[in-house]
Amino acid sequence: MTDITSGEFPSSIRRVEFDSAESKARLRGRYKSEARFKAYGIVALVITTSFLLALLTSIVSRGVPGFFQNYLVTEVLVDAAKIDPQGKGTPEALRAGDYSAVARAALADAIPGINERQLKKELNGLLSSGAGDDLREMVLANPSLLGQRIRTPLLLADQADIFLKETESAVRVFADTRGSATPSATTGDITILVSGNDFADDVALIKAELVNSAVALEKNIALRAGRGASAESLADLKAQAAELRQRAAGTASETLDSKTASRLVAINGGVVKVKEMTPTSVRGDVIVPLTTTAEAAPGTWQIRVYDRPEADRNMNDRAATFLEQLKSKGLIESKFNWAFFTRGDSREAELAGIQGALVGSILTLLVTIGLCLPIGVLAAIYLEEFAPKNRFTELIEININNLAAVPSIVFGLLGLAVFLNFFGLPRSAPLVGGLVLALLVLPTIIIASRAALKSVPPSIREAALGVGASHQQAVFHHVLPLAMPGIMTGTIIGMAHALGETAPLLMIGMIAFIVDVPTSLTQAATVLPVQIFLWSDLPEPAFKMKTAAAILVLLAVLFLMNGISIWLRKKFERRW
Amino acid sequence: MNKAPILALAVVSACAFATAAEARDQIRVVGSSTVYPFTTAVAEQFGKSSGGKTPVVESTGTGGGFKIFCEGVGVDKADASNASRRIKKSEFELCDKNGVKDIIELTVGFDGLTIAQSKDGPALNLTRKQVFQALAEKVPNDKGELVDNPYKNWSDIDPSLPATKIEVLGPPPTSGTRDSFHELFLEKGAEAFDSLKAMKKKDEEAKTKDFEKVWKSIRKDGAYVEAGENDNVIVQKLEGNKNAFGIFGYSFLEENADKLRGVSIEGAEPTFENISGGKYKGARPLFVYFKKAHIGVIPGLDKFIAEYTSEKALGEEGYLTEKGLVALPKEAFAKSAKAANEGVTLKADELK
Repeated sequence: MTDITSGEFPSSIRRVEFDSAESKARLRGRYKSEARFKAYGIVALVITTSFLLALLTSIVSRGVPGFFQNYLVTEVLVDAAKIDPQGKGTPEALRAGDYSAVARAALADAIPGINERQLKKELNGLLSSGAGDDLREMVLANPSLLGQRIRTPLLLADQADIFLKETESAVRVFADTRGSATPSATTGDITILVSGNDFADDVALIKAELVNSAVALEKNIALRAGRGASAESLADLKAQAAELRQRAAGTASETLDSKTASRLVAINGGVVKVKEMTPTSVRGDVIVPLTTTAEAAPGTWQIRVYDRPEADRNMNDRAATFLEQLKSKGLIESKFNWAFFTRGDSREAELAGIQGALVGSILTLLVTIGLCLPIGVLAAIYLEEFAPKNRFTELIEININNLAAVPSIVFGLLGLAVFLNFFGLPRSAPLVGGLVLALLVLPTIIIASRAALKSVPPSIREAALGVGASHQQAVFHHVLPLAMPGIMTGTIIGMAHALGETAPLLMIGMIAFIVDVPTSLTQAATVLPVQIFLWSDLPEPAFKMKTAAAILVLLAVLFLMNGISIWLRKKFERRW
Repeated sequence: MNKAPILALAVVSACAFATAAEARDQIRVVGSSTVYPFTTAVAEQFGKSSGGKTPVVESTGTGGGFKIFCEGVGVDKADASNASRRIKKSEFELCDKNGVKDIIELTVGFDGLTIAQSKDGPALNLTRKQVFQALAEKVPNDKGELVDNPYKNWSDIDPSLPATKIEVLGPPPTSGTRDSFHELFLEKGAEAFDSLKAMKKKDEEAKTKDFEKVWKSIRKDGAYVEAGENDNVIVQKLEGNKNAFGIFGYSFLEENADKLRGVSIEGAEPTFENISGGKYKGARPLFVYFKKAHIGVIPGLDKFIAEYTSEKALGEEGYLTEKGLVALPKEAFAKSAKAANEGVTLKADELK
């Protein structure tokens, strides 16, 4: 204090020299610090972007195959004897027809000569259990198809579809065979004699595999013995290793089992699965019957190898062979899976679609927006423009802000207690889902609407009041229209939030398997995120693809909604 | 401007209240997420063959399912409940109190609880005692005293096992699968120790729960990893880590047979034959419960039961076995199906 009165600089204020080396160092330090901060920001941005990209590419790469489906496109005889044996011709009779049998007959025509029961079952397993459904619709729409031959796509089963989409179980084909081959028969258990030693490499390969596994086993035994395992517990393993060694050294024919790579011989129009082989002959079971037992010249027959052992695949050699056969005939076509958007849920992955969930989501959101928008906006207008500022309205305001942070599952419990148990509304209904979600997003909409109303400059309000408008007129004619873009943005973001919710719907029974597409607000329905959740939990690998595809649809809808909100804001926004 | 939506909503809700009490033409099933994949398959088949509406199957968990199931009898109440364990006496009494007197029990089949690993890992043969030693929080030492689980590697438990870290991924405590794991593996494993067997005896006499505490606690030092309710997550993690093991239902093992291998328990591999024949010890029965009072009231419920118990669904070659269900042995299936179709109801003294 006394310093000021003395007329000099107070000692607490230093004179700063800007030219001194010290000052320059300080300045450099500040610039450096700023550069560092910028670098942190960029690093953070790069990390988040790469995470996001990794996530998106993973989802897209998994999901896109889900939008496509493989079909068997072939000549189908719409057999009246199978569809309408009594020849009634009524829609009911046509509906009740056995269309799967028609589809199976078309498949049997595509690969003729399969008579053995097990093989036939394997072949029919390639077709989806819903392969006849499209045929049924076609015949119902046009009964004159009965008795005709038409070329139409038949749905393949999920496992066949996945097998065709995945490349890891691809087949290696050796077409440059050296010797001529003579099969002993056309069906059943046959032997093929080869004049060259075409199988010598294969046999050597198998023997090498045997030696490898023997070595691995012996290592394991030594390791366990070193750790003090008893001799008895190792006896089994030792015997195994000895057997492997013996087989590797011997010259007897080698047997192939489901744990070694599969080898097939394509000869004379048929396919044989190899069971035993020596360098110059193979024995095996015929999968696709041969046309003749004639000698096949070198180069006209092939050896096909599946490197993944049969035990490590979901599709066995027989089914895979049938598929390859169909594919080589050009009967397999991959098409965009429109049915994914026009079917309800199903337990067969190839039949499952998201229309039910999509419609359920739309119905639910209709209820939500129908409730939220009027109530939310009116509440915001009252609180912002009309309500007296006192303790009570303050309390309400605080509570609205708190409600926005309440975990969503709580709203589900509330919905269960109030709407289901007290009012007795039906379970799993979009109406109840919409009511619950409305409660969930109401605080968000009120807060967003109030912010939008607040951002309208007071001058507008005052000008309206100045020319004699009532308070209500000022709000509804002048303030509200100007706040509308902000309110719309808030509402759409709130709706997007509601669209992605699953937790509150758990309590009111919307986590359910629903096949029929809902048509009213009180019918059982499910919503998109719930459908994704349910599919992700099913064991069939094909549902993983469907899950990713459904996620893509949900993301697309969310992007669309956010896009609309941005567009609305850009189009109607006013700046002051 | 805001009147129209309000009016519309008022009309809609009025309609809703009016229709809620009316008759229902759709069967409603609630309950276990383990039985869900099977009941949904039956529901879809039923919907296709009957031409009517496909039943709605909710996935609420076994306990949650019984809560809804036992709310009472009436068109606005569920018709059936899936369960991955038998109904408890307390639940039966709750049902009884709320007027659900006649309950039909259908044993659907078995679910094998499997411990699985990547095919690239070393094949393993475990006993339930070893599983208990690997995963329980407290295990008996040489003197029979309970100590904190000291085992780090499998080879610490038994020298013939591989010298890899014990790492098991499994369901969280909220899951029905976890309950079954405790009962089928850890309880039985604990009983293999003399000291713990003595403890169980003492418990029964003194009405204490020391033994239960031992097999109901799982170690928390990182050897057991809770991997969430979604079994597919565990499958994915096993693919990446060949030394880890995962606990889940048999159907997941079957569908992922190209990547995973089941661990043999007491010499029995988890295969369809071993589970169905009772050789594999880690299997549990699955149930569906129906309300007898709803048969004839809810259209198609009797036909739904018939579809569920038909040979083409539940038989050894049925479509449910394709979905990973382990069918009952022939005689047991015939008995169970007959009882369900005739409407034989459950008695309180059959339960515990």
